[in-house]
Amino acid sequence: MTTAFIILLLPLVAAASNLFLLRKKANLSAYVSTLSAAICLVLTLGLIRQSDLKDLGSFNWIKIADFELNIGIELQGLGLGMILVVTLIGFLIHLFSLGYMREDAGKARYFSGLSLFMFSMTGIVFADNLAMMFIFWELVGVSSYLLIGHWYHKNTAAEAAKKAFFVNRIGDFGFMIGILLIWGAFGSVNFVEIEELLRNGKYDAGLLNWSVFCIFCGAIGKSAQVPLHVWLPDAMEGPTPVSALIHAATMVAAGVFMLTKVLFLIQVAPTAASVIQYVGAITALIAALMATQQNDIKKILAYSTLSQLGYMIMAVGFAGLWIGGESLGESASNAGFFHLYTHAFFKALLFLGSGAIIYACHHEQNIWKMGGLIGPMKITSITFLIATAALAGIYPLSGFYSKDAIMTVALNKPILLVIGSFVAFLTAFYMTRLCVVVFFGKARSWSAEEAKEVPLLMLVPLLVLTIGAIFAGQTFSYSWFVDPKKIPHPEGVLPFILTAIGVAGIVSGFFLYRGRDQEPYPVQVLAKKFYLDEIYIILVRIFQDAVAWVAKQIDELLIDKLLVRGGARLVTEIGSMLRGMQSGNLQGYAFLFGVGVILVLYIINAAIG
Amino acid sequence: MIIDLIVLIPIIAALAIGLGAEGRKTALGAAGANLILGVIVIGELMRRGGEELIFETSTVILENPKLTLGFAVDGMSGVLVLLTVIVTFCAVYISPEKAPDGRVKLYHISPLLISAGALGAFCSTDLFFLFAFHELALIPTFLMIGIYGHGRERLAIAWKITIYLGVGSLVLLGGLIALYSNLTSDGFATFKIAELTAIAETMQLDQEVQKWIFLPLFLGFGILVSLFPFHSWAAPAYASAPTSVAMLHAGVLKKFGLYGILRVAMPMLPKGFEAWEGLILVLLLGNIIYVGLVTISQRHLDRMLGNSSVMHMGYAFLGIACVNHIGWNGAVLMMFAHGLSIALLFALCGSLRERLNTLELSEIGGLTSKVPFLAVSFGFAAFASIGLPGFANFASEVTILFGAFNGAGEVGNLQKAAILALWGVVISAVYMLRAYRNIFQGDSTRGLTLVRRDSLNKIPIILMIAVLLLTGFFPNLILSMLPS
Repeated sequence: MTTAFIILLLPLVAAASNLFLLRKKANLSAYVSTLSAAICLVLTLGLIRQSDLKDLGSFNWIKIADFELNIGIELQGLGLGMILVVTLIGFLIHLFSLGYMREDAGKARYFSGLSLFMFSMTGIVFADNLAMMFIFWELVGVSSYLLIGHWYHKNTAAEAAKKAFFVNRIGDFGFMIGILLIWGAFGSVNFVEIEELLRNGKYDAGLLNWSVFCIFCGAIGKSAQVPLHVWLPDAMEGPTPVSALIHAATMVAAGVFMLTKVLFLIQVAPTAASVIQYVGAITALIAALMATQQNDIKKILAYSTLSQLGYMIMAVGFAGLWIGGESLGESASNAGFFHLYTHAFFKALLFLGSGAIIYACHHEQNIWKMGGLIGPMKITSITFLIATAALAGIYPLSGFYSKDAIMTVALNKPILLVIGSFVAFLTAFYMTRLCVVVFFGKARSWSAEEAKEVPLLMLVPLLVLTIGAIFAGQTFSYSWFVDPKKIPHPEGVLPFILTAIGVAGIVSGFFLYRGRDQEPYPVQVLAKKFYLDEIYIILVRIFQDAVAWVAKQIDELLIDKLLVRGGARLVTEIGSMLRGMQSGNLQGYAFLFGVGVILVLYIINAAIG
Repeated sequence: MIIDLIVLIPIIAALAIGLGAEGRKTALGAAGANLILGVIVIGELMRRGGEELIFETSTVILENPKLTLGFAVDGMSGVLVLLTVIVTFCAVYISPEKAPDGRVKLYHISPLLISAGALGAFCSTDLFFLFAFHELALIPTFLMIGIYGHGRERLAIAWKITIYLGVGSLVLLGGLIALYSNLTSDGFATFKIAELTAIAETMQLDQEVQKWIFLPLFLGFGILVSLFPFHSWAAPAYASAPTSVAMLHAGVLKKFGLYGILRVAMPMLPKGFEAWEGLILVLLLGNIIYVGLVTISQRHLDRMLGNSSVMHMGYAFLGIACVNHIGWNGAVLMMFAHGLSIALLFALCGSLRERLNTLELSEIGGLTSKVPFLAVSFGFAAFASIGLPGFANFASEVTILFGAFNGAGEVGNLQKAAILALWGVVISAVYMLRAYRNIFQGDSTRGLTLVRRDSLNKIPIILMIAVLLLTGFFPNLILSMLPS
């Protein structure tokens, strides 16, 4: 058993033992999960320091002659950054959860779900082939379902969990088609092998474009891109640490990570690549617009996550852009991934901060019921403000560098650069709105008045993440992901422009919302999220429920009554002619039926023989 | 010998109960013994590989035409034997001591006979007995539905399934006779499946002949598997059947049709399949998409499960239509996985029916806190059924899909059908999670409260979940026994 396999399987063992053995011992189960997360973090740090990362282990899952599907581990390049994000932030969130979920009745179930998630997410990062990635992709989906629906007795939580699962399945439908197309064309699903085959052979461009587009559907679902973004805001029904880990830092970023794994395919599928760019850009824009009008602190952060994911997806899409016979390739996808990396820190920090605020405000989530929290909750507030600045792309925090890298890539398509810059302005704007309303002014409800700083156990993760939010963009980490030759560490005017955009957003947000006690400029269409949820509900009613209803009617009327009962009537008619033989009970019929069949068989047999 | 024993034990136990032995205990003893024997057989198959028939016995009944009563297993039969003994054990285990009317004999004899019939059909080396054993298993099915079924319509439903499956058997019989008479050479006629297959390979029947023998065979077997549009018997029959019978028929007996197609129709009439490929692809999509939609609009849990089982048969047909070992082995794994998961779901559904006065989804709600074990188990079963990785169902679906795209440089009819069939994974998630959400989640004050106490037996439930997980994590346990 290799170290990598231990990192993969340990959380599964923890999840299983929590679910089956420790259901009644809630505290112990919490420690088991947290311990497993800690061990995984330590082992990961050891693994990353290794110079030779070959032969990390492989397990043959399915084998039929030449057809093999393996659970094989591949870890290199961006995967190292991703596994660090998963285990580090994962561990911090376990720690935070020990405090946040202290009193929860379903604590064992909760930690079991967290461990299951760690297992699944690690599997995605480790996957050396598309089939394995799909397996863990689905498992991530189910752990997300379980954790969103943690408070299943609440109707909203139950509905949100279900919705997340459905929407993700739609994306996975496309993902699987993409995998199958690749399998059909290449006869392999292994990343290294496909890349090799692609380099040495000629493949139909149309098919490649379709495959990449279908695979991208998986990312649309999991990374909540338009038009499948609707599940993520609802997913905020889950406990806040879950929102931080799964619905901000790791799972939703899996789509971006997956795209970087199939980079070599995107490079040769320019049409699909530009779809990817535009989907990302549109998501970034729409989500940022919607974020400006939300009142629930977690919803604002959720839309912000959507918007930032859009940035990342857009950047990765640039991998398919060819300029002067050279693909932007790795530099584009690395820029996208770098934003994933920095975003993981400051967004997890924002979510945990909001969790701390919600915890302190007796589970109040409406920002207009908060206010003045910087007084009683100094540490939480300051870390939150730092994360906000990082998200707004203020120099020299981490978000600045990654956003800068993406903008440098976007320079190649002016329209996307404009959208990207406008989104950067909106980001700074809506985050400032949130901070001004929540931290400054006066408390607007009793729950905000009574708020006090959260316990140390919850503060530690905040502080650790703050370090990441500040420094994750510095040269040592920058050069890990981004080739400084292709995208230089920021210089020239671009950094000034970016910072100026961020500052403009902050200043306008500050002056528009200072001293307000309610939304001063309500914009219905944004607050109602462009009515997309309502439209989707109508579409589902028409295209699924109504069609299903019609199918059921057909089934009952046509197929059952006409075809079958018609046939049956014929038989009963014949039966009634033979009424003389009727023995009056069902046993008799059945017995005769059996005897009859065997008799007929025997006679026919004898006749032919 | 050991296979003869496996077939005989339930019959002997049934006789013993008929002569006055204690009902449930005898049945459970027999099912337990068979479970052990089944595991031994599987162990031997794993050791030797499943290409060859092993444990073969035969008694010649007629010389020419050659009719022999004999049993043997290869990998495919072995997998189905394992399925049968597990489901039988679980079905017998959850059956109460007495029938609702207080009678004992028939109530415990029937599941044993269904099991014996299925085992006989899966292990017979002779075409005649393959057919006859399946017929034997149908009789107790009808009786149990007619006598101990749920709901006022049970007699009508028993009749419906009798006529339906009777017609199916008749069509099948016609096909078998045509097959048998065409595969007679030099005045030597045989019913032995292995010999028939060998003759078919050397004789190479004309495409046209194969085409017209294949059709009744496929439709006959298909009707028994609830192939669209001949599926409407299944859901009401399962909804009405006593729990043990629903488990055994949906879980085991229905697989007979698929087994027959893989054992008889496909190897003996390969060109016959080619001629009807288009039609078959349309019909299996009818199972998956159309019946899937019908499933979505069901309002009762039992009907929904019945329809879902019809829907999933479409994937097994898809595996068969791949015409390669990847697809076929996937189909066999699917039979195994689906058999267990649907039996598990019916067991849990039966337990719910026992405790509630209704299975109407809109009237039940928030049961998790009241029946936690049932809720968790149902969650496992639901996720198995919608093909979550970790369960055997997922492994089988993936194998079938990869089989459909094996070596497919371009998207042909089979691949198009597979893509459409994939939409079924969305459909099944919709109805399963909707049902789960309605029954177990949400407000617990909504809807009905439980009327009776928890009497669910945990052992069979845990056993079925464990096997689904084991074969889901290690599908090679099953696949390595199948030919490749």
